[in-house]
Amino acid sequence: MSEYQPILPGLILGLPLLGAVLNGFGAFAWRENKTVPTIVGPLTVLGAFALALWNLYAMRAATPHDPSLVSYWTWFSSGDLHVGVTLLFDQLSLLMTLVVTGVGGLIHLYSVGYMREDRGYSRYFSFLNLFIFFMLVLVLAANYPLMFVGWEGVGLCSYLLIGFWYENREYSDAGKKAFIVNRIGDFGFLIAMFMLYTAFGTLDMLAIFERAPGTLVAGGVLVTAITLFLFLGCVGKSAQIPLHVWLPDAMAGPTPVSALIHAATMVTAGVYLIARSGVLFALAPFSQAVVASVGAGTALFAASIALQQNDIKKVLAYSTISQLGYMFLAVGVGAYTAGIFHLMTHAFFKALLFLGAGAVIYALHHAWDATGEHGDPNDMRNYGGLNRFMPITWRTMWVATLAIAGVFPFAGFFSKDEIIWEAGVRGYAVLWGVGMAVALLTAGYMTRLMVMTFHGANRSFGEVGGGQAGAKRSHLREVPRVMWAPLVALAVLSVIGGWVQIPEALPLLPRVNLLHAWLEPVFQPALALAGAGAAHGVVAAHGATAAPGEGLSLTSPLGGGEALWAVLATVLAVAVVLLVFRSLSRRRYRRAAQAPEPRGLAAVLYHKWYVDELYDRIIVRPLLALWRGCWRIVDDRLIDGSVNGLAGLSRIAGWTGSQLQSGRLSTYILVFMIGALLILGSLAF
Amino acid sequence: MTGAPLGDLALVVSAALFAIGVAGVLLRRNVIIVFMCVELMLNAVNLSFVAFSRTHGIDGQIVVLFVISVAAAEATVGLALILAIFRHYESVDLDLFRRLRW
Repeated sequence: MSEYQPILPGLILGLPLLGAVLNGFGAFAWRENKTVPTIVGPLTVLGAFALALWNLYAMRAATPHDPSLVSYWTWFSSGDLHVGVTLLFDQLSLLMTLVVTGVGGLIHLYSVGYMREDRGYSRYFSFLNLFIFFMLVLVLAANYPLMFVGWEGVGLCSYLLIGFWYENREYSDAGKKAFIVNRIGDFGFLIAMFMLYTAFGTLDMLAIFERAPGTLVAGGVLVTAITLFLFLGCVGKSAQIPLHVWLPDAMAGPTPVSALIHAATMVTAGVYLIARSGVLFALAPFSQAVVASVGAGTALFAASIALQQNDIKKVLAYSTISQLGYMFLAVGVGAYTAGIFHLMTHAFFKALLFLGAGAVIYALHHAWDATGEHGDPNDMRNYGGLNRFMPITWRTMWVATLAIAGVFPFAGFFSKDEIIWEAGVRGYAVLWGVGMAVALLTAGYMTRLMVMTFHGANRSFGEVGGGQAGAKRSHLREVPRVMWAPLVALAVLSVIGGWVQIPEALPLLPRVNLLHAWLEPVFQPALALAGAGAAHGVVAAHGATAAPGEGLSLTSPLGGGEALWAVLATVLAVAVVLLVFRSLSRRRYRRAAQAPEPRGLAAVLYHKWYVDELYDRIIVRPLLALWRGCWRIVDDRLIDGSVNGLAGLSRIAGWTGSQLQSGRLSTYILVFMIGALLILGSLAF
Repeated sequence: MTGAPLGDLALVVSAALFAIGVAGVLLRRNVIIVFMCVELMLNAVNLSFVAFSRTHGIDGQIVVLFVISVAAAEATVGLALILAIFRHYESVDLDLFRRLRW
C-alpha cells in the first residue's frame, strides 16, 4: 500500500477561484458575452470534482489512517500562535469536497439554463464559483481560523446571492437579514476560538484533538463553554432554533442558489463543524444533549411550519431546516457518521427538490410571459396538474419526495433510519420519538407539495377550464435539457446514494458498510472518548466486528429491533404519502389571489409560529426605539449641538473681529497711535 | 528766548510740529493734506535729530540726510497713488476709500 499524497490540492481550490475571477472580470468587461461564463463557470467546478474523484481513488488505494496536511504559507504569527494556510485531507474532508463540487457542478450546469436570460449572468457565475471556493476552504481547512475564513466567505457569497436581484428592496433586505443573523453565530465561533487558544495555545485542529483529552476535564465548564459557543456558530450557519429565521427569507435568491447554498452545502457547514470537532463534543455531554435537543426541536418545529406554507420554496426551506435538525440530532447523540450520511443524501435529494421547484417556476414564468398572465410563480396555489406538461420534472421530484420521506429503497430511508435508530439505541427515547414523528410529518408536507404542484386541475390560468385557458396552457412545457439533465443525475443519486451504508439488520439485503468503514479513522478518537462501550456498540449495532458493548441496547425505546422499526417506518411513510395524496387530490385549491386566510392552528403554522413577529417585538423594535432615541437626543442634540455650537461661536467671534476692519484709514491710524503711545508709555515708566 | 538752551527749544518746536502732523492725519479728510501732515511729522523728527546732534555728534545729521532722500522717494510714490485714486474716485476724500476691508 502506497502512502497517500493529496493530488493537486491547490488546483481543487484554485479552479473555482480562477472561475470566480474570470467571471467577475467578465461581469465588467464583456457584460453581454454569455459564452465565457457558460464555459468557465461549470467547468471549473466540474474540474475540481474530477480532481476530488482522483483523490478519492488514491485515498481508497492507500487507506491512510492519518490525515494528510498540505501547508502553503504562514498566514500570521503572533507570539507563540502560528496560523498557516494549511489544508487537511482526510476521509471526511474529501467526502465533503466531493459533495460540494459534485452537487455544485450539477447546479452550475442547471444554472446555465435557469439564468440564461438574466442580465447579471456573468456576475452570477462569479459569485457561485466564489462560493464553491470558500466552501472548499471551509471543509479543507486544517485550523479554525482558516475554517473561519471559509465560514465567512460562504456567508458573504450567500449574502451576495440572496440579494442577487438587488433592485428589489425586499430581496436585498433578505440578504442583509441572513448576514446579520449569521453574525450572532459567528460571534459564538470567534469566542470558541479565543477559548481554544487560551486552553491549547494553538488553533490547529489536529493538535487540539490530540491534546484535548489530556488538557480539558471531561464534562468540565471550559470544554462545555467551548462546544456551546461553537454550536452557537452552527446554529447561525445551519439555521437552527432560534436563529432559523434567515433561511426562509433567503429564498429570495435565484432558485439554483437556494439549492446549492441554502440546502445542499453551506447550511450543512454547522453539521460538518460539529462532526469535525467530535473530540471536543465527546468531552462535553451537556453540549451534546443541547445539540441533539435543539436539532430534534428544530426538526419538529420546522416540519410543522412546512405543512402550511404555500410558497414552494418556503416549504422546501423549512424542510431543509427540519432535515438539518435531523443531522444535529445525529451528531448530538454522537452518531457522527449518521449525521454526515444524512448530510450527503440530503444534499442529493434536497438539491433535486429545489432544482425541480426552480424548473416549475421557470416553466410558469415563461408560460405567463408568453400569455400575458400575472401572478406569483412561487405560489403552489397557482400550480396544479403540471405532471402533464413537465413529465421529467414531475418524475424526478417524486423520486426526491420519496427519498426525503424515507421510503425504501431511496437514499433518505437509510440515512434517516440510521439517525433515528442511533438516537434510540443510545437511550434518547424522546429524541427517537420526535425523529419518528418528524419522518411522518416530512412525508405529509412533501406529498402536499407534490399534489399541489403536479396533480389535480391546473390553476395557472384561472379557475375554470375552457378553450382559452387550454390554449394558454400549451405554453407550459418541460425545461430545456441543460436543466433537466442535472435533475436526472440527482434523481439517480437520490436513489442509490443511500446504498453505501445498508445495515445488517435488514433482511434480504446485502450488508454494505462503506461509509462507516470510510469515516472510521476520522471519528474513531471521538467515539473512543465517548465511552469504550458505546463506541464499540455503534459499530456492532451495524454488524461490524466487535461484540455489543455495555450500556447500549439493541432494541428501540418501545422494544423491537432495527429491522422491525425500519420496516414500520417505511410502511408508515408510504401510508402517509398515500393518505395525504388521496385526501388532497380531491380538494379544490383556489388561486393565490382568491384564497381565504387560514384560521386556527393552520394560521399559526402559516405564520410560522409568529417567530418573526416575536423577534420584531422583543428585539427589533426596542432596538429601533433605542437607536432612534440615540439619534434624536445623543446625535441630534448633543453631538450635532456641540459641533454646531462651536461653529456658531467662531462665527460670532469672526463677525466681531471683522467689525474692527472698517476700511477707514483715520480709525486705523488712531488705533495705531494709541498703541504706539501705550508702548512708549510702558517703556518710559 | 532766553533761559532755555537752543536744543531744548528745538525739541519743543519738533514736538509741536509732530503733534500738528498727527492731528492733521487723524482729523483731516483731504488726502493731500494728510499727506502733507505725514511730511510734517517726518520733518519734526528731522528737527529733533539735528537738535540732538549738537550734543551727541554728527550721526543725527547723517540720518536726517537719509530721511530727506527717502521722504523724497516716498512723496513720489505717494503722490502717484493719490493721482491714481483721484482718477478713479474723482475725489480726494479719505473717508470714501473704504473698499479694502472684509
